[in-house]
Amino acid sequence: MMRFLLPLIAFLVLVVFLGIGLTLNPRQVPSPLIDKPAPVFELYQLHNPEKVLVSQDNLGKVWLLNVWASWCVACRDEHPLLVQLSQLGIVPIYGLNYKDERDTAIQWLKQYGDPYTVSVVDHDGRVGIDYGVYGVPETYVIDKQGIIRHKHIGPVTVKSLEEKILPLIKELQG
Amino acid sequence: MYKIDLMPFANYSCKLIGYIRFLFFIASILFTLSSFAKEAQPTAEDPELEKRLISLSENLRCLVCQNETIAESRADFSNDMRREIREQMKANKSDAEIIEFLVARYGDFVLYDPPFKSTTFLLWFGPLILFISGVAALMFYLRRRRTQIEEDSLSDSERLQAETLIKAIDKEKV
Repeated sequence: MMRFLLPLIAFLVLVVFLGIGLTLNPRQVPSPLIDKPAPVFELYQLHNPEKVLVSQDNLGKVWLLNVWASWCVACRDEHPLLVQLSQLGIVPIYGLNYKDERDTAIQWLKQYGDPYTVSVVDHDGRVGIDYGVYGVPETYVIDKQGIIRHKHIGPVTVKSLEEKILPLIKELQG
Repeated sequence: MYKIDLMPFANYSCKLIGYIRFLFFIASILFTLSSFAKEAQPTAEDPELEKRLISLSENLRCLVCQNETIAESRADFSNDMRREIREQMKANKSDAEIIEFLVARYGDFVLYDPPFKSTTFLLWFGPLILFISGVAALMFYLRRRRTQIEEDSLSDSERLQAETLIKAIDKEKV
């Protein structure tokens, strides 16, 4: 009996591990920046090229940093959701326009709607490197002390908003 | 490395190759007529630094095209990484400092050589543990089998029976 049972158990253990492996997404690399201070940046604004936004000015409020670009197809998926979220007025969304051209970026926002309190221009992607950006879109939840509390890689979905991002914002604001 | 199946393009590429061959043929005639041979210029301003860049980035993972190194990948991400590393090298940063910079932003996952720490314990010692437990299981099995074989040895009456049989055969031979 044991002769057949042991290999069967070993096989089932293997199946469980492989099953877990299949459901993991290798693209979602956990960020080492979680619970660390958000990298400070001073960047020109998209719509006011002569004005600078300093990330430190956002201390004292919970805010979202959404990395986007007009060349990014997946950004179009999440964009209607971001527009809706901004209309709810729960949390300010700041846009990091990543490696994009100013004119096309502004045109893109005109076409799909502008959910951003302010968008800043990271033309050569240096601030992106500081934030560990490797796939656009990415969304960071940053708390009142300027600490990154959550990073969402890929397009924001209704599920991720309802299950993770919105409850976290509520908790951080409370 | 990632390989792309080119078979679907075979028809196009055959025509294309024929065309390119023809062009090369023409070009080779033209250039042999007037050979302005020139020493090949190194593509980088600083070959030493470029060598160092390649040897360092061969151990770094491109997060966009996972399983490629930053040295060999042509993804935009890797271009940015190489630019960043190059600039830091020009600023006289050591390899260790540059790796620390990247790990702080992208996590240990950028390293092909994972560091030794509590979370990577299984990664480093997993195979060894598996090997040792395999050897232990084998030894256990062999030892148990030996006792089983001894248990199967003949009882007194069986031995007697066997001996009389052997004697009978011996007598027949004589």
